[in-house]
Amino acid sequence: MAFNIIVLAKQVPDTRNVGKDAMKADGTVNRAALPAIFNPEDLNALEQALLIKESYPGTKITLLTMGPGRAADILREGLFRGADDGVLLTDRAFAGADTLATSYALSMAVHKMGSYDIILSGRQAIDGDTAQVGPQVAEKLGIPQITYAEAIEEVKAGQIRVKRRLEHGVEVVECPLPAVITVNGSAAPCRPRNAKLLQKYKHAKTITERQVEHIDYIDIYSSRPYLNLTEWSVADVEADPRQCGLSGSPTKVKKIENVVFQAKESRRLSGSDAEIDELMRELIANHTIG
Amino acid sequence: MEEGRVAEVSQELLTKGRSLATQLGCRLEAIAAAAATDSVAEQVFPYGVDRLHIFRDDRLSPYTTLPHTSILVELFKQEKPQICLMGATIIGRDLGPRVSSALGSGLTADCTSLEIGDHEERKTGKVYKNLLYQIRPAFGGNIVAWIINPDHRPQMATVREGVMKKEILDPYYKGEVVEHQVNDFVKEEDFVVSIIDRHIEQSKVNIKNAPIIVSGGYGVGSKENFDLLYQLADVLDAEVGASRAAVDAGFAEHERQIGQTGVTVRPKLYIACGISGQIQHIAGMQESALIISINNDPSAPINSIADYVITGDIETVIPKMIKYYRRNTK
Repeated sequence: MAFNIIVLAKQVPDTRNVGKDAMKADGTVNRAALPAIFNPEDLNALEQALLIKESYPGTKITLLTMGPGRAADILREGLFRGADDGVLLTDRAFAGADTLATSYALSMAVHKMGSYDIILSGRQAIDGDTAQVGPQVAEKLGIPQITYAEAIEEVKAGQIRVKRRLEHGVEVVECPLPAVITVNGSAAPCRPRNAKLLQKYKHAKTITERQVEHIDYIDIYSSRPYLNLTEWSVADVEADPRQCGLSGSPTKVKKIENVVFQAKESRRLSGSDAEIDELMRELIANHTIG
Repeated sequence: MEEGRVAEVSQELLTKGRSLATQLGCRLEAIAAAAATDSVAEQVFPYGVDRLHIFRDDRLSPYTTLPHTSILVELFKQEKPQICLMGATIIGRDLGPRVSSALGSGLTADCTSLEIGDHEERKTGKVYKNLLYQIRPAFGGNIVAWIINPDHRPQMATVREGVMKKEILDPYYKGEVVEHQVNDFVKEEDFVVSIIDRHIEQSKVNIKNAPIIVSGGYGVGSKENFDLLYQLADVLDAEVGASRAAVDAGFAEHERQIGQTGVTVRPKLYIACGISGQIQHIAGMQESALIISINNDPSAPINSIADYVITGDIETVIPKMIKYYRRNTK
């Protein structure tokens, strides 16, 4: 038995540790200073796909991402870790999409791919933290969803059993396939890049990348078809442009504000015995503690 | 709902919903879909609910996605609400997007503020009255986005527990109960997902209501060093919290996470240990009455909102705090 797995992934700015070097003088974030990375929980999702592939050789894992041309980086990253194929959904008409328009575009790309058994994605992306795209893709495809997955316990023909991580516990659910599974950060971490796969796929490119970079050893793309990363536009996936990008997004951004906190007059202590002693006396005296 | 009890976050949202409904001059309605709904009416009416929709069916507990989606989607098609608020719990974040996709309406996750206001479309000059401003942090909490939903209904938003405050409107407030036939809303194939095992434990961690919180960040350095925080918390009768970075690093459990993607807290004392002060963390604790920051970096961003800044290593400062607390309370 073998499965067809699609892993939905996103390239995101690494918002987790916005250091001082990423802050501008006015206190706002310099987004360009943040590295673009494979969304962390999408890597957890890829690992679940790779584990299924280990149990069922012949399983095919296709990464699907929507984004600008440079998002092809995460497709290569996925190939280095064991995915079989990558698809980049890219078009100016996709720009400005909210989660609903994103889900529509992804679901059209999934339709274009044809048959599939399991769609995996991270629970949420660290730039928006919405956790909406997985369930919305499932709804658009008319298939069930299992969110907050921590481990896939069993896959068999037409059925999957998944352990979910809830607020204060765990739940094991069984669900018919095909289904969308969104994977939590608490699931197994993704394995590192494999040196052989890195060698094999380091020249994997989209058609646009090959044109832009004027690669002269172009013949390798005909002799090694696996180096061709698929690139699809709105027209390629037969999507309705009105449902894509900004025009397909019911939510609009009215305005963006930078976060500025009201600074307080702080008392500075060195941590000496005398100062800590005094601080504790003060807190006890004003009934904050004790 | 869990075992017939209306979730804390739902009570908070009913409070917010009541004030929005009063401002808009419309009804506040609530939906309960579960196996046990007997006491829901008495639980929700004091928050000013005008109408309660009840869907009682054994198959609706524990929660699964598809039947709850069908109920909400069909009910919303009939009732055409302007606004739908949901808790940003695991259930709300599973259900909300599915419902919004089915209705083609928008959804804004994890709002930290909800307001009513107007909007003028710059291109067309069209004016929209009384929209819901869905205000939420984005980009890892480094910016705040005001989201609107001009043309699609309902305007849907989720809010995390602890962000809004719950407040009884009138203990004797009475609304109308509408009991629906579940089978008119759900299909047999909505029950294809089955829960075969479930372990729910009452959480021992109660960060939200703790009067004193000792909280650690990535700067604490290790899970072992977090023991120091537990020692201090033990002495002060406090709860231990953590920043997202500390939770991601495995120093503390997820349910201790404080910040925009964790719990929002308002204790009388917040002791931040080795927390640099990412905006998303500060947003979840800035309303603490008194803030002490212990950090070996004198320019850590959190220091600017702290009442006391102790520059030093937690390994030396925390034992001193324990020592002098004990000495002065004897």
